[in-house]
Formats: sequence, structure tokens, C-alpha cells
Amino acid sequence: MTSTQLIKDTGYTEWTDTELMTISAARALESVTSCFVGVGIPSTAAITAQRILNPELILIYESGTIGSRPDKIPLSIGDGALCDSAISTVSVPEMFNYWLQPGRIDTGLLGAAQVDRFGNLNSTVIGDEYRRPKVRLPGAGGAPEIASACEEVTVIIKHSRKAFPEKVDFITSVGHGRDMAVRGALGFAGQGPVRVITDLGILEMSKEHGELMLTAIHPGVTVETVAQATGWDLLISPHLVVTPEPTQIELDTLRQLILHSSKR
Amino acid sequence: MVNKSAAVDFMTLEEAIATHVQDGHSVALEGFTHAIPFSAGKEIIRQGRKDLELIRMTPDLIYDMLIGAGCARRLVFSWGGNPGAGSLYRFRDAVENEWPVPLELEEHTHAVMANRYVAGASGIPFAVLRAYRGTDLPEYTENTSIITCPFTGEELLAVAALKPDVTIVHAQQADRKGNIHLWGIIGAQREALMCAKTAIVTVEEIVDEIELKPGGVVIPSLAIDVVCVVPGGARPSYAYGYYDRDNSEYLDWINHSQDRKAFEQWLVDTELREHVNAKAGE
Repeated sequence: MTSTQLIKDTGYTEWTDTELMTISAARALESVTSCFVGVGIPSTAAITAQRILNPELILIYESGTIGSRPDKIPLSIGDGALCDSAISTVSVPEMFNYWLQPGRIDTGLLGAAQVDRFGNLNSTVIGDEYRRPKVRLPGAGGAPEIASACEEVTVIIKHSRKAFPEKVDFITSVGHGRDMAVRGALGFAGQGPVRVITDLGILEMSKEHGELMLTAIHPGVTVETVAQATGWDLLISPHLVVTPEPTQIELDTLRQLILHSSKR
Repeated sequence: MVNKSAAVDFMTLEEAIATHVQDGHSVALEGFTHAIPFSAGKEIIRQGRKDLELIRMTPDLIYDMLIGAGCARRLVFSWGGNPGAGSLYRFRDAVENEWPVPLELEEHTHAVMANRYVAGASGIPFAVLRAYRGTDLPEYTENTSIITCPFTGEELLAVAALKPDVTIVHAQQADRKGNIHLWGIIGAQREALMCAKTAIVTVEEIVDEIELKPGGVVIPSLAIDVVCVVPGGARPSYAYGYYDRDNSEYLDWINHSQDRKAFEQWLVDTELREHVNAKAGE
């Protein structure tokens, strides 16, 4: 793990780029009502948001738990801890048919192996040949319907040229398809992936340009670094900002959560 | 044909697999992260079944074992990873290198798999949902088709019913008549059981009378064919109210599965097979 170490006036404080990525994702949940959460960093971010930024946030896991308040980061999306604290635990068919499909859930928080300039996500295969892939990834899971049915989707993914190709090898979850016209024609209720949060900055879907645009860079990161880690000619917002540094409470909350979760 | 008998056979797991799971069968071992019927999966390996069509939303370690042991020719699934830990290496070796035998894939999303179980349980040929538009999935998978809604004109995805020869799930309790009590995360277990020709349930224990737990479901024996008492039958996954998920075993699975020889040794060490496959070293 590379770390961005900064010295602040108030003393020596440092954080890792993964921590800032996670905290940035938590901040994106500050004003949403409900969030469909994937495992891994999305879950860490969502629980952090629930603890300090949005206590009423309704966390929904595809295993069927609605309104969980987990005391640890679940290793799987069906851990007993999610069930213990849930308002309700529904069956998997009910979760997808009654809760996700009609658009009851505000935000989806997803990871992926690849994201492209149109916000399409790949979690199926790496390589040109589906039947003889270079890398066989786990597959779709709940992501495609989360991407199409939630009002909006935030993607969390580490920045690299491999992870940010011009076109994903396989469209598992559709953003705007192979060109911007596609999404409108698909007739989805939700907007799809509206922002991509990475360890270097934040990209947002530009309605004007029809593709992802860099709108924020993390402290200490340069635009050149982000451009070099992106597999297409990345649009840079004229209003580019620097992500606010993590606050002490954000860092403490995140670290305590991770520390507590490591005692399994 | 739906089995209308309320009679349930109580038998050992060994008998149940020997009687009901045959080479070439389609078999669904369900349990969405909770109550995964691991003991049943291991018994299928121990009895050396092959050419199975394995059906499961989240293949997990249980199908990594079955695939690595060469029991499967086909996998119908929606997410094939080790939750929280990474890859399923036996699954990947089968797909990427056709080891130990080629594995045909039919992959979907959770929503589609759930609806295929619902259609099967409902006794209708397909279910309908809003899915796959704009993705590459329809080009590479089977058993889906676009239909036009006769009421609104909306184009929707029709997904074929799943009709496994055998479904096996794990639950906490059965009573002496074979009514099943499952609580916690219930996944798609009811639907998976009710779409199968033969429905087998392994349980932690038999109780005289079911005392319904909050959020619990009772699946009447009318939908169940076989009950096997297998305490700990879901380990290393968990049985809510009985034991926790053994996360260390999930994380440790990489050491038994990343390498072919290590996996072969694991099969022998856990007494699922008598000898290692000599070709595993190649």
C-alpha cells in the first residue's frame, strides 16, 4: 500500500490513500436515506457514514437484511451480525423483487475490477475471450440490478490503467453503455454510476460531456498522476477541487471500526 | 411432477446422497452465505459423483471443493468468489485451464437466479424481471429471453425456471414429521427446495415441537422429501443461533486451494478421497 503522508500545522497526522478513499465514499452518503451495500470497502465506508455522518442511514445488504447497524465490518454479505441488528430480514427473492427493482433504494455503493469512461463496470472477466479469460472474476452478483435500479450509484475502485481502461472488457453493470445515448434508451429509473471514488481523487459523470470527469483530487495528488493512471484521455473539470483532508473524528471512527473488526 | 406426499424419509446423509444424487444430475446446494450445506457437499465428493450440473447463487468454498474434486461438468451461478477473501482458485483453474475437467458456465445475476428459483417453485416455465439491458450478459448466457409486456409494452427479461433434480439446504431444526424451521438469513432456500424434484434438508437437530423464532420460517413437510440430522452441517459457514461463521477457515482456504497439489492433499487429509490425483503435480 502506498501512503500519502502529510504533515499538518497541528502536528504530525498521516493517513493512507485507502483511508481517504473510504472516507470520501462515506461522505458521499451524508444525505442519502438508504444504501445498498457491497462487501469490502463499500461496507466499511457505509458503516463509517452511519456512525458519524448520517446516523439514520438505512443499510441494505443483498442477503436480505434491511436497516442493519453492524458493530463490525462483515466479512461476507450474510454475516449473522447483519441480521442481529436489522429492522427486518427478508428472503433474497423479496430483496431483489420488492426492494431493489421498483427503485425503493437511493444509492448503491459498488466495487468493480474495471470502470470505463462511460461508467460501465466489469466484474466478470479480464481479457478479450469470455470463454478463455486471462482472469476469471467472481461475476455479477447483485451489481447489475443495483446499477440499474438505485437512484444513483457510487463506485469505489483503486486507480490504475488496468482498472480504468477506455472500454471495459465486459459490461457486467451498465453505466452509459458504449456511448452516452445508450442509458436514456434503456429506460432506467436511476441515473447509474454518478461518481467514482478512487485512491487518487473523485470522478463524476458529466451530463454535458457524457463521460466521467475528474472533479476532485486528494491532497498531495497531482492531475498528471491521475491522468497517467487512467486509460483514456481524462476530462478535467474547470472547477477541480482538492478533497478536504480527513478529520480526526473520521479517521478515528474508521480506524476503530477496522481494528474492532480484525478481532474476529 | 410435484411430490404430494407429506411423508418425509429420515436417513443418514450418506444414505441420502447415495439414494438421491446420481452422476449427471442437476444439483442445487443453497444457502445464501448462511447455513451452507457443507457436509452434504463433502459427502457428494466422498461418494465420487461426477458430471453434475451444479446450481447455486454464490458458489463459495463448497463448490470450489466440488469443482476441484472433478464432480462438476457445468455451473449455473451468479457470484463465484470467496466472500471477504478473494478468488475461488479451484473454480478459476477449471475455467481458465480446464482443470481437472472442463467446466461449462452459465452465469447470471442474483436477481435472475432468485427469479428462476421462484418460477421453478411456482410451477411455471419462466419468471419476468427488469434485468440485463445494456450489459454483455445476454450474449454469453442461456435461458433468458426478451419479452414484451402485454399490458404496458415494456421490454422485460424472461428467465427460465430452474428445475434441479435435487436441492439440498441446511436448516436449524426439523420436527419429527419433517417440518423444517429456518431462521436468520433465509436466502432463496424455500424457493430452491420447492423447485426441485427431490428436496433434502440437513438439520442441526430434531425437536419435539417447533417454537417459531422471530423472522423464522417453517417449511411444511409437504415440500420436503428427506431430512438428515447433521449437527455442524453448515461449518465453516454458520447456523444462526447455533454457531458462528469460521472466518479463519474461509481465509485459510487459499492455502488448500490455490495450488493443485495442496488441494489434492486436502482431499486426502479430510478423508474425502483415498489417494491424491497423480496428475495434479503436472
